[in-house]
Amino acid sequence: MTATAERKPAGGRKIAPRVDMPCQPAGERIRNFEEVALGYTQQMATEEARRCLQCKNPKCVKGCPVEVPIRDFIGQLAKGDLEGAYRTIKSTNSLPGVCGRVCPQENQCEGACVLNAKGQPVAIGRLERYVADTYMALDACDHLAARLTCPAVDPELRVACIGSGPASLTVAGYLSARGIKVTVFEALHEVGGVLVYGIPEFRLPKSAIVEKEVQALRTQEVDFVTNWVGGRTFSIDDLFAEGYRAVFIGVGAGLPRFLGVPGENLTGVFSANEYLTRVNLGRAYAFPDYDTPVYQGRNVTVYGGGNVAMDAARTALRLGAESVRIVYRRTRDELPARHEELEHAEEEGVILELLANPVAFHGDEMGRLTGVTLQRMQLGEPDASGRRSPVPVEGDTYELPTDLAVIAVGTRPNPILLEATPQLKLSRRGYIEVNEETGETSIPNVFAGGDIVTGAATVILAMGAGRRAAKEIRRRLKGGE
Amino acid sequence: MPCKILEKERLIPGQTSKLVIDAPHIAKKAQPGNFVILRVCEKGERIPLTIADADPERGTITIVYLVMGKSTALLETLDAGDSILDLCGPLGKPTHIEKAGTVICVGGGTGIAAMHHIAKGHHKAGNHVVAVIGARSKDLLLFYDELSSFCPEVLVSTDDGSFGHKGLVTDLLRQRLETDKTVSEVVAVGPVPMMAAVAKTTEPFGVKTTVSLNSIMVDGIGMCGACRVSVGGETRFACVDGPEFDGHKVDFNELRQRLAAFKPQEKASYDHHCKCTCAGEK
Ligand SMILES: Cc1cc2nc3c(=O)[nH]c(=O)nc-3n(C[C@H](O)[C@H](O)[C@H](O)COP(=O)(O)OP(=O)(O)OC[C@H]3O[C@@H](n4cnc5c(N)ncnc54)[C@H](O)[C@@H]3O)c2cc1C
Ligand SMILES: Cc1cc2nc3c(=O)[nH]c(=O)nc-3n(C[C@H](O)[C@H](O)[C@H](O)COP(=O)(O)OP(=O)(O)OC[C@H]3O[C@@H](n4cnc5c(N)ncnc54)[C@H](O)[C@@H]3O)c2cc1C
Ligand code: SF4
Ligand code: SF4
Ligand code: FES
Repeated sequence: MTATAERKPAGGRKIAPRVDMPCQPAGERIRNFEEVALGYTQQMATEEARRCLQCKNPKCVKGCPVEVPIRDFIGQLAKGDLEGAYRTIKSTNSLPGVCGRVCPQENQCEGACVLNAKGQPVAIGRLERYVADTYMALDACDHLAARLTCPAVDPELRVACIGSGPASLTVAGYLSARGIKVTVFEALHEVGGVLVYGIPEFRLPKSAIVEKEVQALRTQEVDFVTNWVGGRTFSIDDLFAEGYRAVFIGVGAGLPRFLGVPGENLTGVFSANEYLTRVNLGRAYAFPDYDTPVYQGRNVTVYGGGNVAMDAARTALRLGAESVRIVYRRTRDELPARHEELEHAEEEGVILELLANPVAFHGDEMGRLTGVTLQRMQLGEPDASGRRSPVPVEGDTYELPTDLAVIAVGTRPNPILLEATPQLKLSRRGYIEVNEETGETSIPNVFAGGDIVTGAATVILAMGAGRRAAKEIRRRLKGGE
Repeated sequence: MPCKILEKERLIPGQTSKLVIDAPHIAKKAQPGNFVILRVCEKGERIPLTIADADPERGTITIVYLVMGKSTALLETLDAGDSILDLCGPLGKPTHIEKAGTVICVGGGTGIAAMHHIAKGHHKAGNHVVAVIGARSKDLLLFYDELSSFCPEVLVSTDDGSFGHKGLVTDLLRQRLETDKTVSEVVAVGPVPMMAAVAKTTEPFGVKTTVSLNSIMVDGIGMCGACRVSVGGETRFACVDGPEFDGHKVDFNELRQRLAAFKPQEKASYDHHCKCTCAGEK
């Protein structure tokens, strides 16, 4: 119970503090890959839902890129109407179990909630997660029952999605619920994009959550074709020739950036994508039962400060590292990761090596990583954007021993489809250019959204983009509003 | 979508086999130089294998593999009629093929099979293809008949002299380059030391040399950087920028070291496999 929580708002009513979400204890969870946050109980959810003021003009909704009717679902939940709450959320969000877990709520819905002024916004994400999980746990027939409200799928109205991340899944959910036949083509052997190969199991359980959401789409007659690579196995022209009426490109921005410093190709230096893909998609945490190996690091260093860096660091801890350091150029205040992830990482023992930047990796005669030279940084004058950018402290470098380095400094657009489709107009940075309102690319009836348009962003922004494009596709295929 | 194995031929029993796989969608698009990534079973690793041949009419592709460790050993347990769980392709940039005169295609070990598809492409483009292939001994030599069926010349070397020249493929290559000034390109596919030696052999002659790199891969679509190689001092991704590169610019030493990255784990995995080769798990 913090001091702010005790303060009285303008109305004179006391605001109860946010209900905490129970977690696996840090000492235990670093030894397993099970989910860290355990979710609310019914009692906790009801108590938290009752904190919502049911604002006439709910600010929270404006903070949500897919406009979940937040006030309404929380109202239903407070009254014990779980089914109603689920339907309300699902009316605009096809992946509530995912969003409740991974949205950066502090910058989105919860950041906009009126109670945030007192530092105690309604825990919208946790409630959304509670509703999704509890509803999902119900009998499968209930899910099927929800279909009766959807029109029958018209096999002639066919739309193809390339890539199966949250952007494409949203398009598939929106269109299939409106009677349009969607086929999703995915290059990898599993469906879900970053949700399956990037974000770790302990933050987003694959079979319990992602697969269930995908399964729900299957019951809406969405087809998923895996191992099918746009630009290699098929082209966009092939799709139109086969009778697809529109195409949505959601191939993400997964090409890893490296730092461009000496020693970067030593064995033991990985991109975060490789490290996380081996562990998540390849289930390397269960090696050798599963065949994909991963490097065992003792002294691990991770470069970057976003969610990806947090995920890599916490994964390394769980795989048995003795020490894990996150090396970041700025200070703790500028770390772009979700607050909850940063807190969880620190609780688990991840060390923050702040104001430091790698300048060279060193190896032994076999080409294996043994250490890194770091440059001490300081924050300089604010630049045009108002951010204080880091500048090196002249002559101040130091060494750290490290045998596993994970580079998480961002990504670039996935290249294959773009190279194979030269007609597609790209931005200066190499991402696909779209009409902001419709999501349409320079090729008629070809739409795009998510990281391949914006560069690496968030699940919910990718979903927002998917929703925009899907609305336009529906309008073109079926007319009206 | 699982893909069915139509034919299996044990080229060198227990070591190397050839599979003809039903995969019309890949066969339709496959070009010389392309590869596939496959996963044998649910718990399996994604491994890259070159498309050694493709028949778009029949809808099949051919792969030839050497049993190296767990994944290829698992693949070896499959027979005609069985299916491969995941098969993804065609991946990689196709070989750059143009009518250029004489092209020498060098293959070593299992690389001969992969080289065969490239040689065929050069032959179809109207080039005079000289195949130079090597193995430790006569019974380990692959694809001699297939290559002979369209290459006007097939030169062979074996380590023990049981067939053709006794020695290395690079001996044959050097002899040829010394006497034949019409050679416009040399292509080499095989073990890393062989490709490095080929590049070194051709360098003084200034002949364009293309090598097909087999770095470790995970996704094969440019998303992980596992396959990165240094070419002319720049980092390139073998799966999307290659797998073929200018042999005179490749840092073979780095490639060799990176290929050894998972040695202890690969051994553990293989031992685990041998200990519990339960058919039920495949
Ligand atoms: C480790 C990690 C942690 C993250 N944590 C968070 C978080 O906590 N909260 C948050 O909001 N965001 C997070 N993000 C970011 C978020 O996951 C992405 O912004 C989001 O997934 C983008 O969605 P997308 O649909 O554009 O593409 P992606 O999720 O990237 O999916 C693209 C899919 O397309 C496939 N593909 C690529 N090329 C082809 C092709 N040619 N043919 C067919 N398929 C192809 C890919 O295999 C992939 O499956 C994280 C990202 C990572 C990597
Ligand atoms: C583009 C490409 C095309 C290839 N084409 C063929 C082919 O047509 N036929 C064929 O037999 N092999 C080919 N390879 C190599 C093949 O992918 C590996 O032999 C295979 O992944 C080994 O898997 P494993 O689990 O059986 O052995 P592992 O247990 O993974 O490895 C055993 C040993 O093989 C070496 N190794 C591991 N990965 C590779 C690799 N990618 N390339 C070379 N050596 C490796 C390591 O030194 C390791 O110690 C190709 C590789 C690439 C990248
Ligand atoms: S989808 Fe994300 S941003 Fe929208 S309400 Fe849910 S948690 Fe908040
Ligand atoms: S702004 Fe906050 S208090 Fe108001 S309706 Fe939204 S969640 Fe409830
Ligand atoms: S194999 Fe992952 S980028 Fe090439």
